[in-house]
Amino acid sequence: MTKEGSSFLAVNDLVVEYTSEGSVIHAVNGVSFSLDRGKTFGLVGETGAGKTSIAKSILRILPDPPAKIRRGEIILDGEDLLKLEEKAMRKIRGRKVSMIFQDPMTALNPIMKVGKQIAEVIKLHNKVTNKQADAEAARMLELVGIPADRFNEFPHQFSGGMKQRVIIAMALACKPELLLADEPTTALDVTIQAQVLEMINKLKRDLDTSMIMISHNLGVVAEICDDLAVIYAGEVLELGSKEAIFDRAAHPYTRGLFAAVPTLDEEKDRLMPISGLPPDPSNLPSGCHFHPRCPLADEACKHEKIALREIERGHYCRCVKVSAMES
Amino acid sequence: MGRYILKRLLWMIPVVLGVTILVFSIMYLIPGDPAKMMLSPEATPEEVEAKREELGLNDPYLVRLGKFLGGIIFHFDFGDSWVYNQPVTKELVSRFPRTFTIAAICIGLQIVIGIPLGIIAAVNQNGLGDRISMFIALFGISLPNFWIALMLILFFSVRLGWLPPFGIGGIKYYILPCIANAFPGIATQARQTRSSMLEVIRSDYITTARAKGMSETQILLKHALPNALLPVITIIGNGMGMLLAGTVVIESIFSIPGIGMYLVGGINSRDYNIVQSSVIFLALAFTFIMLLVDLAYAFIDPRIKAQFARKHKRSQHA
Amino acid sequence: MLDSSELVATPKSVKKQSQLAVVLRRLAKNPSAVIGLVVVVLLVLMAVFAPLIAPYPYDKQNLLNTRKAPSSEHIMGTDELGRDIFSRIVYGSRYSLSIGFLAVLFSNIIGMTLGALAGYFGGLVDDIIMRLIDIIQSIPGILLAIAISVVLGPGFINTLLALGFGAITMACRLMRASVLGIRHHEFLEAAVSNNASTFRIITRHVIPNSFAPVLVGATMSIGNVIMSAAMLSFIGLGIQPPTPEWGAMISGGRALIRSCPWMVTFPGIFIMLTVLAFNMLGDGLRDALDPKLKK
Repeated sequence: MTKEGSSFLAVNDLVVEYTSEGSVIHAVNGVSFSLDRGKTFGLVGETGAGKTSIAKSILRILPDPPAKIRRGEIILDGEDLLKLEEKAMRKIRGRKVSMIFQDPMTALNPIMKVGKQIAEVIKLHNKVTNKQADAEAARMLELVGIPADRFNEFPHQFSGGMKQRVIIAMALACKPELLLADEPTTALDVTIQAQVLEMINKLKRDLDTSMIMISHNLGVVAEICDDLAVIYAGEVLELGSKEAIFDRAAHPYTRGLFAAVPTLDEEKDRLMPISGLPPDPSNLPSGCHFHPRCPLADEACKHEKIALREIERGHYCRCVKVSAMES
Repeated sequence: MGRYILKRLLWMIPVVLGVTILVFSIMYLIPGDPAKMMLSPEATPEEVEAKREELGLNDPYLVRLGKFLGGIIFHFDFGDSWVYNQPVTKELVSRFPRTFTIAAICIGLQIVIGIPLGIIAAVNQNGLGDRISMFIALFGISLPNFWIALMLILFFSVRLGWLPPFGIGGIKYYILPCIANAFPGIATQARQTRSSMLEVIRSDYITTARAKGMSETQILLKHALPNALLPVITIIGNGMGMLLAGTVVIESIFSIPGIGMYLVGGINSRDYNIVQSSVIFLALAFTFIMLLVDLAYAFIDPRIKAQFARKHKRSQHA
Repeated sequence: MLDSSELVATPKSVKKQSQLAVVLRRLAKNPSAVIGLVVVVLLVLMAVFAPLIAPYPYDKQNLLNTRKAPSSEHIMGTDELGRDIFSRIVYGSRYSLSIGFLAVLFSNIIGMTLGALAGYFGGLVDDIIMRLIDIIQSIPGILLAIAISVVLGPGFINTLLALGFGAITMACRLMRASVLGIRHHEFLEAAVSNNASTFRIITRHVIPNSFAPVLVGATMSIGNVIMSAAMLSFIGLGIQPPTPEWGAMISGGRALIRSCPWMVTFPGIFIMLTVLAFNMLGDGLRDALDPKLKK
């Protein structure tokens, strides 16, 4: 499913497991995708589908224990990050690859000045004096729309949206080549969401950064991504260009996701939710993990392991019923 | 900030009054007649009655409470000992330095030993060092300090003859009492530092720091420790209360003439004004220490500090 | 987004196990908690069947056999009146354990009621109760217990009250915190909108949901109370000789520590074992109720 060996980032067959009280939680089960320089890749799926674990694996900041990367490779610029020494990996974190976290309320150190928290990452990766780092941090604050004179304030003096801006400033401070944005707007007020999203998109374009955007919100993905993968129970169910997936969604789950989104132009009497709940990752259903909730599932789906197939050029789907669904 | 300090200072008034009134009221209920106790057994009923009148024991509760409170607040006078007929305040003041010295040494040990142990345990969570130190700490909080004291005397004084079993003199005389009194505190401190540290280590902002590319040592020193040590300050304040109270039994075991020994002496001779005054004195000492701790906390924790700075700033903008 | 019939239909949500069962299962996996529990049970059995276990009556003096070191006849030796120390320790467990349980029960009934009232009503009620608790807490617990036992005099019930009084504060704070924590939960609002009476809301919803932290606190305070009770006896308050209370036994042996250390050592070991067992159990309960603290 990787297009070529030459892509900027290639995640191949990534498997992540958590051990909790003796039971194993299968968070990520053989995920592969790739991303070209300057592009944005979307990971879409419900909460608990394993999206955050994928992003944290790229940075190798999963809490170990309980999490373990069991298998796979993450090739960034021709280098397998999973094989790097911890020391070399530290040089990549925050500089080449950085991350925007889901919950701005807890992602900042509560007793450290926000300016200093930005300056810290600058100082860490550049040969600069404290003063230069502070000046650059102040410039980053301005860049995300926060007056530089709030440098010396503490996180609790900021609103949620402002905190997320600080985190964005921190993530972009060293001009990373890859930005991992983990649901950057989920914890924010709806009115702020659009602003923050727009800002991320603009800064990403200005700095020519590649990005992985994690979201459960199809609207967010539609606005920003070039390609996307739909993740379910730690697996890619469907992968392709934004156009392919938005216009010609193939997998019943993807279709369900679209059906669950209210639209203004299309008068629908009733939203079509996907029935049931996401599966228990410590006890995944056999066969196709989606079969208990799938309206098209038959006996075969319960037993057969289903492979990801290319259904049109660059558009992959993990479903045996795809042809039956073409409408 | 100024407002917080003022508020905290004002709160001292009801606490001091409340503590004094509470202890006075409890002790007021004591059965028996102190006047009889102070006189010789052969005293006539008239003599006893005269004594009662002299001590003000015939006054109603509120008058006695008012006199007692007034004495403490305006003259720092706790009245006289019933048995020895001497001013209690003088004894308390002259004895307090010894009691305070022991408590202060213990709090020092608690900080110097307990906090690092807790940090090391948390950083090596579930490792061998963690398990061993937490097992010892669990024993530490389960041992009565008076029994530790007796065991220390048995071992270091009786068997080995290294250290004096009681009395006051040089530093040597402080070693055993301080170890006995500090042991439970060190254990408590280690346990609570560990759990505070574990909570911090799991915080999102530690992941953020990791994502910045910081090394584990840098994260520990710059992000984890400062956050973990803040709640620890409060534990130290509470520990001081435990230690002051602990000296009661420690001093009487090691015959150290501090407030604790005075208090136990008061219990044995049924001199209840000594008991009442010592309890109030130690409790007040504790509330003042807690006041200092809270103020120190406010200075260190930017969340409290800025709470008031921000209000100031807003009013400027408006 | 999902309606309840769909929730029921999914295999995952078939009958959730009761919280108690989950907690017990976690507790069973924690060796230290299990050891603590076993020791507590053994101590309780020892207290209940003291007459069967003790080789001698606890008050049987033998003036020809005083201050004897441990031997096969008297495994923990004898005291200055020739009484068998092991037998006295066995009977002593009755006092320590029952004071521990009863004082904590007493303090929890009062503390939980106050805490529930403070947390549930808030406002002035909360202010008054909590300021009172603040003031009581400004007096180190053991000093308060000393003052109260001086007034009440020695004896079992009096010691129980003296120690229980100080422990009210913790139970009250824990209860109030839990009530505040769940006060705004939807199920409470639902109960309120269903016109349930305040009393019913508190007994049916608030108390069961606040149970966990209070239980952990109570287990830990049993250990503390037992230790404080021994200390009161030791300084001449609380339960007094000739009652075979452990602290009182240590106090009695103190003057003879040079010649007969066993009179001090063994009762102390039993205090430690008992307190340790309750603390181990309390730690285990805490981890079982709040597993995220452990992982």
